[in-house]
Amino acid sequence: MKFVNYLILIVFGCLMIYASMGLPSRGDTDAILNRDISPVNSPNAGVHYIKNAYKDAHTPNMVTVTLADYRGYDTMGETTVIFTAGIICFLLLRKKRNINDKKE
Amino acid sequence: MTRKSDNPIVSLVSRIISPFIMLFALYVIFHGHYSPGGGFQGGTMLAAAVLLIRLSAGNEIAQLQFKKDLGTILGSIGVLVYFGTGFLVMLLGGKFLDYKYLAKILPVSEVMARSWGILFVEIGVGIAVMGLLVAIYDDLLEGDPL
Repeated sequence: MKFVNYLILIVFGCLMIYASMGLPSRGDTDAILNRDISPVNSPNAGVHYIKNAYKDAHTPNMVTVTLADYRGYDTMGETTVIFTAGIICFLLLRKKRNINDKKE
Repeated sequence: MTRKSDNPIVSLVSRIISPFIMLFALYVIFHGHYSPGGGFQGGTMLAAAVLLIRLSAGNEIAQLQFKKDLGTILGSIGVLVYFGTGFLVMLLGGKFLDYKYLAKILPVSEVMARSWGILFVEIGVGIAVMGLLVAIYDDLLEGDPL
């Protein structure tokens, strides 16, 4: 059974490597994601961000503008995820100790 | 698990290094507008500085620096800062997280108000990440039988 597991793992690894060969190379201006106009003739969001990031927020680091301003909801969700993780640790681990205290 | 280290070099070096890690973490948070960095990275480094003291000096002595219950509270405050910025903008007449309406209460132009809004949000994220990472470490120690 272990052999089958390794076989599946290797086959999927080869499949991923084969699929990655079809990706556009980095910084390719002709790739669909990097074009000014998307295939359905609407302006591309990323190009808009790159052109207007400094004009809109006077912040030289356009990654920060994208994360915290244009995509503020996304960062809010990430913060909420971390908050949930902390609260779950709090609830699971501290409640256990309280039950033990009551037994003593 | 985290008793006081017997080695004086470990405790001394971690005591000296910890404030500098905190300083660099604050730099990462506040300089996020101009260089790589931001709330998540800076908050993690702040938590690392606090946890370094916790590991080297032992959990009991480290309570003098950063109380056990403070982590969850700081995490909640950080998330509240983020949501509060969004709702404050809503109260000022804009959409949720539309920072340019902060110009009504800050003495800056609308464009600079967006920059300030980003800074507020990053500070909130930094506080939340720092508090919650320390809180998770402390919560995991609660199960320690020692």
